[in-house]
Amino acid sequence: MPKDKAGPAVIEIESAKGGGMALAAYEHPWPIRFCHWLNSISLLIMVGSGLRIFMAFPSFGPRVPERELLRVPEAITLGGWLGGALQWHVTFAWIYVATGVFYVGYQVFSGHYRRVLFTRADISGVWPMARHYFLFGHKPSLTEQYNPLQKLAYTSAALLGILSVVTGIVLYNPVQFSWLAWVMGGFHLARLWHFVVMCGLLAFVLSHLVMVILHGWDNFISMLTGWKKNPEYLKE
Amino acid sequence: MRTSMKEVKFRRLNRREALKLSPALLLGAFAIPKVRDSLLLRGLKFSDWASGLWFRRGHLARTYSDSEVTPLDRFPFNSYDVDDPGIDLGKWTVAVSGEVQRPGKYTLDQIKALPKVRQNTRHVCVEGWDVIGNFGGARISDFLNLVGATRNARFLFVACADDYYETLDMPSALHPQSLLCYEMYGQPLERGHGAPLRLSLPTKIGYKSAKGLTEIRVTNVLDRRGYWEDQGYSWFCGL
Repeated sequence: MPKDKAGPAVIEIESAKGGGMALAAYEHPWPIRFCHWLNSISLLIMVGSGLRIFMAFPSFGPRVPERELLRVPEAITLGGWLGGALQWHVTFAWIYVATGVFYVGYQVFSGHYRRVLFTRADISGVWPMARHYFLFGHKPSLTEQYNPLQKLAYTSAALLGILSVVTGIVLYNPVQFSWLAWVMGGFHLARLWHFVVMCGLLAFVLSHLVMVILHGWDNFISMLTGWKKNPEYLKE
Repeated sequence: MRTSMKEVKFRRLNRREALKLSPALLLGAFAIPKVRDSLLLRGLKFSDWASGLWFRRGHLARTYSDSEVTPLDRFPFNSYDVDDPGIDLGKWTVAVSGEVQRPGKYTLDQIKALPKVRQNTRHVCVEGWDVIGNFGGARISDFLNLVGATRNARFLFVACADDYYETLDMPSALHPQSLLCYEMYGQPLERGHGAPLRLSLPTKIGYKSAKGLTEIRVTNVLDRRGYWEDQGYSWFCGL
């Protein structure tokens, strides 16, 4: 198979009924797909149990505010009680971290990161892509597996993932990691950053889901099989 | 030149690729209640173990200036049963037993005779709130020397007047800031804060700092781990 240094392998598929040829690209090697699904599950569990933990003291200061500024509906939380939520949270934290370490390690050692890491060369392509999505502007031509806006989104999500762990470590053991707590502006602010990072990740997940729905079945199924039929960047 | 492939073969290839993800289905074990409970307890235990690994006995929790201390009347307290377990402060002694050379009943004066430590440290509740308090008392390590605790004993068990109980790993108990606390804000402990003697552990979550102590046992066995711990909360609970 021809292998582009920074792109997926492409094959032709002969239709069974004869006639048309389709192209398919191997976009997602199995470690990427595996981490994707494992991480979606653990992220969901971390958010649900995290919100339940937050309910025990819905504040980012030293004291509970007079009025509850943020009321978390119990239905979207996990764990049932503080102790249960903590069990979920500290258990899946390890799965979350292990998945993240494996994912980043794979990206680096396989060289796959070249397809997805947002670099300086992508900066100029962000605005045209954003204009296309949000202001219905002309669609820029696609030449890679991921467009610049996608790379930006995925790279930010990975950074948010790392930040969620680092802020979480401070909340878990603020005395042992006192220097990290200091970097974050103290224990209370670490609690706020941990929450803000979660909001960022949720914003990513939400927009990601919208894009997945807009891009249809072949795109969705590629995260299960690795292969995407007739990807846009090969048509042009 | 691109490789070409028959559609049937391509579908088989896709199925094979999708099957590679099947190990992720193991997470489904968390949907089975019995398995889930045991897995979550294992996760909790693993976290405790990891937290114990990076616990450093010589690393001090931050201390604060007097101006940063939360006033005593704004220092909240949680009791699991009653605020005042009705200890007769005049007759109070603490019973010391287990792996010690000098077991028996110890009075508050004997504890007060040990070198006194006063420190402004942060008290963090598992619920998420925290306060900076002023705590005065004797180092647990000094008291363990006084009673002649076995050097390599593993745990400290404490029982309270209201049936509350706690256990500590020895490295945390011997931490220089871990106190047998008999004073807060320069005054003898109020009943709600655990008169006449409580633990004050700046390297642990608040519920480890048991109040109204009546018994201290040095032990190598953990049959009961703590009031909250035995209901599913973390045992090590380090900060």
